[in-house]
Amino acid sequence: MDSKTVINVPFERAQVEKLKSGDYVYLTGTLYSARDAAHKRLYDSIVNAESGMTMGGEAGNKTTFSGKELYEEGILPLDITDNIFYYLGPTPAKEGQVIGSAGPTTSSRMDKYTPLLLSKGLVGMIGKGKRSQAVIDAIVEHKAVYFAAVGGAGALLSKCIKKSEVIAYDDLGTEAIRKMEVEDFPVIVVIDSEGNNLYETAVEDYNSSK
Amino acid sequence: MNIMDDLSYLRKETLVRKMREIHTDIIVETVRDMCISANLNLALDMEQAIRRAAETEDGKLGKQILGQLIENMDIAKEDGIPICQDTGMAVFFVNVGQDLHITGMSLTDAINEGVRRGYTEGYLRKSVVADPLIRENTKDNTPAIIHYDIVPGDKLTITIAPKGFGSENMSRVFMLKPSDGEEGVKAAVLQAVKDAGPNACPPMVVGVGLGGDFELAAKLAKKALTRATDSHSDKEHIARIERELLEMVNSTGIGPGGLGGRTTALAVNIETYATHIAGMPLAVNMCCHVNRHVTREI
Repeated sequence: MDSKTVINVPFERAQVEKLKSGDYVYLTGTLYSARDAAHKRLYDSIVNAESGMTMGGEAGNKTTFSGKELYEEGILPLDITDNIFYYLGPTPAKEGQVIGSAGPTTSSRMDKYTPLLLSKGLVGMIGKGKRSQAVIDAIVEHKAVYFAAVGGAGALLSKCIKKSEVIAYDDLGTEAIRKMEVEDFPVIVVIDSEGNNLYETAVEDYNSSK
Repeated sequence: MNIMDDLSYLRKETLVRKMREIHTDIIVETVRDMCISANLNLALDMEQAIRRAAETEDGKLGKQILGQLIENMDIAKEDGIPICQDTGMAVFFVNVGQDLHITGMSLTDAINEGVRRGYTEGYLRKSVVADPLIRENTKDNTPAIIHYDIVPGDKLTITIAPKGFGSENMSRVFMLKPSDGEEGVKAAVLQAVKDAGPNACPPMVVGVGLGGDFELAAKLAKKALTRATDSHSDKEHIARIERELLEMVNSTGIGPGGLGGRTTALAVNIETYATHIAGMPLAVNMCCHVNRHVTREI
């Protein structure tokens, strides 16, 4: 990779459409870590709030909130609008380290929660592995993007994380939500906003080149 | 107390004194060190297999990914950072010599105490929840999963294989029929590899357990992952199937990271056991390229 494409995150929505399946890019800026337990909590918070459920569990009026409103109403601990989730549960940092080993986890476990989060403004996800058709459809509908980082390269990727701070769900330990400042974080566009899927095309291309 | 009881007690004492003794303090310390070592340094055979693959890989993205994996191994070693953030559930295969006497706490408690210390003092991730549905983290990565074997001799041999769950989740058990034969075995393994694809973090190591019954096949598949990547089955026909399956797996084009290439697996290791006239259980335990295993004899 001689020509290095660096993209600042979070980015303008318009920029999403420029990212094409197969692009190898480097992200610089802010990412949020969130994996299984954090996703479940975010998802449940939205569903409960929108069904009008009161704290006492009584049914109320159904409402729909935007990502910004969910944050302002105190339903979610961050405004997910235009932000990117990194599916990550790091190892603990030693003294002097920003973060421990920090590679991606398997994305498919987040599939159940992802379409709702995308509908609330989440624009990107970094993980590894396949996504469900429902997620791919939601990526196209909301013009979002799915990146893969190299699975099992946790030591290498930790070097690209310059700051890390737990901002929510502290009790979840490694699964808490972290706000992270990254520099030249290497990712590959797997599913772009048109629904092209590198996991299918890359293997086909490789095999047809034989 | 009558005189007979007293004599039998004395006889037992004499027997016990002849046995080799190990105190569990040594076991705790050994297990602690093994947890840390396994997560920071990839076994030499795995490291060499990845380095060799990087030279021969002809997929463009695949080659790039193998390059990143090599860089990652070097950083992990130099800076003492775990190779992968999923430092796994601690899985053990323990061979207990039947002439050995263990003193102190129970052996299982000692292994768990070693895991507790290793994962805490080694800054490894605590990835274990106490209950599959309630899912509260135990915060010290215990309990471990321990498979014991009683063997001749007076040694204690401990193998740790910290297992990440990205690949574990892609593992499968097939209750094949005898009539499925060798072709059925190959087709099932290949299907499991294709289904796993990028999720299992290829290049993977494929552990296969063939024969036994439902649970033994799965245990053998896990044990197969602790074999060196360049090892072969002692049985000639199984060694041949290992070679042929590796070739088939590496012809799928899945490649490193699932992004196209030749290096889909570094090894296919098969362990077998006798089975029933009516069946042919087959388990496929997937492991990512961070296939960690360390063995120590005490």
